[in-house]
Amino acid sequence: MFLAEEAGATVAAGWFLEHAWLIPVIPAVSFAIIILFGKKLPMKGAEVGIASMMAGLVLATGLTYQWIVHVRGAAEAEPVIKSWVWWQSGGMKFGLGQHIDGLAVMALLLVTFISTLVQIYSVEYVRDDRRYTHFFAAMTLFSAGMLAMVSAENMVQFILGWEIMGLCSFLLIGHWWEERANSEAALKAFLTVRVGDIGLLVGVAILFGASGTFSISGINAWAVSGQPSHSVLLWAAIALFIACIGKSGQFPLHTWLPDAMAGPTPVSSLLHSSTMVVAGVFLVARLYPVFHTGLDINVAGQQVNLIAVIGGITILIAAALAFVQNDIKKVLAYSTVSQLGYMMMGLGVGAWVPAVFHIFTHAFFKCCLFLCAGSVAHTGSHHSFDMKNDMGGLRKKMPITFGTWMVSTAALCGLPLVSGFFSKDEIIDGAKHNNYTVFFVIGLIGAFMTTAYMTRATYLTFFGKARGAAAGEHAHADDHAHAADAAPHRVEGSASDEAQRVSGQSEAEASHPRQQGFGWATESPLLIVGPLLILATLAIFSGYLNAAPFHIEKFHHWIESSIGVSLPEAAEFEWINAIPSITLVAAGFLVSLFLCRAVFGEADSKLKGLTERSRLLGAGHRFLVNKYYLDDLYEKVIVHGVAHPIAQAAYWVNQHVIDATVDAFGRGGKRTGDWVYKNIDQRVVDGAVNGTGAAARGTGGALRPIQSGKVNQYGALLFSAAAIGALVLVIVNT
Amino acid sequence: MEFIRDQNWLLSLGTFLPLAGVLFMLFIPKKNELLQKQIALGTALATLGVGIYTLTQFDYGKSAKLQFFASTEWIPVIKSGYTIGLDGISLPMYVLSMIITVLVMIYSWQHIPSPGNPKAFFILMLVLQVGMAGTFVAQDLILFFVFFEIVLLPMYFMIGVWGGENRQYASLKFFLYTMFGSALMLVAFLALFYKTGAQSFSIPYLIEHGGSIAKNTAIWIFAGMFVGFAVKVPMFPFHTWLPDAHTQAPTAGSVLLAAILLKLGTYGFIRIAIPILPQAALKWAPAIGILAVIGIIYGALGCLAQTDMKRLIAFSSVAHMGFVMLGISTLTATGINAALFGMVAHGLITGMLFFVAGSVKERYHTLEIKRLSGMLLQMPKMGWILGFCAMASLGLPGLAGFWGEFPAILATYSPAPGLSVELFRTLMVIAAIGTVLAAGYLLWLFQRTAFGNVSPEFAGNGNGHAHSVGAAANDEHHGTDDIHDVNIFEWLAWTPLLVAIVVFGIYPQLMFKVFDPAVTEMVKVFGK
Repeated sequence: MFLAEEAGATVAAGWFLEHAWLIPVIPAVSFAIIILFGKKLPMKGAEVGIASMMAGLVLATGLTYQWIVHVRGAAEAEPVIKSWVWWQSGGMKFGLGQHIDGLAVMALLLVTFISTLVQIYSVEYVRDDRRYTHFFAAMTLFSAGMLAMVSAENMVQFILGWEIMGLCSFLLIGHWWEERANSEAALKAFLTVRVGDIGLLVGVAILFGASGTFSISGINAWAVSGQPSHSVLLWAAIALFIACIGKSGQFPLHTWLPDAMAGPTPVSSLLHSSTMVVAGVFLVARLYPVFHTGLDINVAGQQVNLIAVIGGITILIAAALAFVQNDIKKVLAYSTVSQLGYMMMGLGVGAWVPAVFHIFTHAFFKCCLFLCAGSVAHTGSHHSFDMKNDMGGLRKKMPITFGTWMVSTAALCGLPLVSGFFSKDEIIDGAKHNNYTVFFVIGLIGAFMTTAYMTRATYLTFFGKARGAAAGEHAHADDHAHAADAAPHRVEGSASDEAQRVSGQSEAEASHPRQQGFGWATESPLLIVGPLLILATLAIFSGYLNAAPFHIEKFHHWIESSIGVSLPEAAEFEWINAIPSITLVAAGFLVSLFLCRAVFGEADSKLKGLTERSRLLGAGHRFLVNKYYLDDLYEKVIVHGVAHPIAQAAYWVNQHVIDATVDAFGRGGKRTGDWVYKNIDQRVVDGAVNGTGAAARGTGGALRPIQSGKVNQYGALLFSAAAIGALVLVIVNT
Repeated sequence: MEFIRDQNWLLSLGTFLPLAGVLFMLFIPKKNELLQKQIALGTALATLGVGIYTLTQFDYGKSAKLQFFASTEWIPVIKSGYTIGLDGISLPMYVLSMIITVLVMIYSWQHIPSPGNPKAFFILMLVLQVGMAGTFVAQDLILFFVFFEIVLLPMYFMIGVWGGENRQYASLKFFLYTMFGSALMLVAFLALFYKTGAQSFSIPYLIEHGGSIAKNTAIWIFAGMFVGFAVKVPMFPFHTWLPDAHTQAPTAGSVLLAAILLKLGTYGFIRIAIPILPQAALKWAPAIGILAVIGIIYGALGCLAQTDMKRLIAFSSVAHMGFVMLGISTLTATGINAALFGMVAHGLITGMLFFVAGSVKERYHTLEIKRLSGMLLQMPKMGWILGFCAMASLGLPGLAGFWGEFPAILATYSPAPGLSVELFRTLMVIAAIGTVLAAGYLLWLFQRTAFGNVSPEFAGNGNGHAHSVGAAANDEHHGTDDIHDVNIFEWLAWTPLLVAIVVFGIYPQLMFKVFDPAVTEMVKVFGK
């Protein structure tokens, strides 16, 4: 009777809520279809990928609607949880299922939506690519992994999705693996994230060992129950946060993300800005009670905690790096790192809703920015991403790209009344309101820097005079020579840009046979600008789901049941509080514009070449260009150290100590054997051994004359030694 | 202990059937190679058929009990009996050995390494099959020991005759090292026999009476078995025979060695050492755990130092078997389940990697990582298979390798009562670091060999490019005509393994449900 009632109650939750698990299953099946039959299909598998994404989007939309209804109907919205036993071992049950609450619904909708747009965009962008089918297969598998992760009912399913994303990231960054630099970027991304994954494995083991469950709702309830000791939660939180640092590109493991731009632009747009890299932030938000309790967030008198500190540092160091990049995608990559820092910091100061809302809004405008960069490279700059050498003055030639870029930039900078303002400002506000003054200041400085580096990027790309490829200087025949020439001149001496260029160019040869030597950039085709327009629209309006200035708190209402702990009330919005950030954004814009005009503009200026003239500024510039030497530390010191001296030393020990002992033992045995053979065997038991030796030689002779005779002697010797040993053992122990 | 004695002829048939094939083959002239191969493969298939029939007849509800149990007198003088039986712990390995033998034979159909002589080669494989299956069904220590040793000889000849340049050294080392371990193991077996009243060598009997042995004595006896099994696994520091044997062995030998032979050691721990002497096992567990974790890190470092693809894969076995031993050392159901799963998964995955290495060697005549590049361009299918196996081997969830590693790490967090929690949690973290190193060397291998452009040395042919006469036909590296993608025999041999890696990865319950009841029964003595 009770069961029937329960069933009745769940049916009332709605079909879409009950069947949310279909959303990851559809792309997973589609992946198999693409891999197995993709090449034989008319659109080479792209249609399967797009169809599965659209199906997911339809389901996610229905799901969102029903969730909103579900929330409205209940005072405390219960998550819709389903679980099937996957396997069990020693009383330990591993399940698969769905945990559908506001956070999961938001992420499912976001991922299916962005994936759909990016896959449509890719049809044009990677047209005629050598591995077109592979590309769509990996993109679809990625979406399956991400969707499985965000809807995970338990931590094992979470790990499953998490690692599948890592695999797809590896495959897609290294998509053009003929170039060494691309495959190395892929390796670096996978390994860096994998370093963080130690924390995930250990953290999940701690949580399971202590709480006895993998279930997310179970862990969250357990974390706030007061049962677990504080130290267990602390260690679990630290371990899991290490995983988040790796996946979300937080300091000090952020170095893989800019290199990941070696992949095709749609990949950067989908994986490395709007979805996959927020997985770390998502994990913190998902298990917030563990982090909140374990790291003492919002406890009176605690001015700092691990999450806020890492987030804060990341905001600043990544934004600073964005200033010295010449590759437009790297500017956006560092911008992503910096914005992920905002999200982390938001979670670290107890501003859970704004941080999650920032995941939401950031996805639209950052995805749009990357796709704009792709559009510029695809049409305007002949597959180059070099702002300094191959862009400039594109605003008139590519009006739609320019317009969408400007809208998204405004959203990223947090200009009032566009989406970024409503999310980012709330994070900064939350830091102030919850008495995290230091992080409030960091947030403000970050806003200033964001505007400044985006102004620089915008200026270089769309304003000024057309340069290089954008001006049509690329004669097609000497592309490769040009790329090789240009490389040493570039400040950012990264090999991966060049690889991108070279591979992009060889790709271009296939895809634009008729556009050889074009000197005129026009707007990109509809399949490219369509997604841009949709995303730009959302970059403006998505913020109005939770616009504090207008007392709209819909998003907050839909999602708050996912928090799992009680947080301090958010401050009442007042425009006066927004003044510092708005002022700093304006200041950032003006300062940067002034500097850009002076440094990159037509007119002569004292500021030109200042980094070469001033030793101090030059040193600072070099420090940034070399990414604080962190890459050198990791690659040259740690990786090189482990791979070379340490591994070599271990191997030396293996060969010269352990194995040498074995060999010496063997030789000693042989010598003893020879001695025994000469002195005892030949004289005492002569016949027997000769007999066996001859027999063995008989068998062996048919095969090959190897030392078979001796083997028997060794065997006999060892056995007699063993027999003596046995005797000793029995005597000693009686 | 209860036994299920239905169809008690089944295991004897499955174990000794290959000998019938051997008998036939002995009377057929060496020149008739095709017939030799046909008989060998036919016998192996028939044996596998018996294995599959065993799978269908096995009562999964009673997998904790020994089934198809048979026991007769064998050597009454030393009270050793012919006692055989199968439970959930041995069933997967028993059937796996049959599958691998068939696949290796299919692969060897056209790949008989120099100096040829398929008759001898296939006979050795059949004999090896007898030893492997026998070890997994034996329920009497002397019988176990005999089968354990039978395995040695065919492998010794396989390496020594069909192996690489340094085969004599490698084969001798393999033989002697294992023999040395066996000797100590035999000592331990004899001690067990005498200490339990010299009544019987039967394992079920000894499990019941093992508790009567004084604790200090038990620790010494365990030490003897430990060395014997640890050499076979191989555990650090007894592992040095492995890279040599693997590198020098022909592909068929490497695959059999990796897939089955190494598991005889871990199986010995689970079947004999731990159940008979649980108290000693509890004393030894920390040492086993520490050595296992050293093996994980040390094996991975060894991999990073390698320049030869096959030797790298060989060293990776040291690391992976470290995870298996770590699972065993926790003495919990979860840990031992993970170990058993890891044994099968490692057999499938590393077996596959050795197959690929063999095929690469055949085509390029080298396995030096530096010289290989752009395999994906010349042989896309082979390249992606290598990538798939690398991913499976580094423990990607959704493929079989993960379910050996992750539960082992979980189990290490809470080992059996009586073991130091602090120590095991430290081991857990170090083992987790090992997973990064595993990703490091496997992806490094994959990136160097499969990605990139084809090295000029081998660029003459392959992938349908026109073969320029003269210049490309360079005798120095035997030409590049051999470079072609996966052929039909390779597909036949590999597909079952590839499918199994995915199936067990997606649905691990298939295997866990077989051994879980048996393991749970076994660890009851540890109170967990």
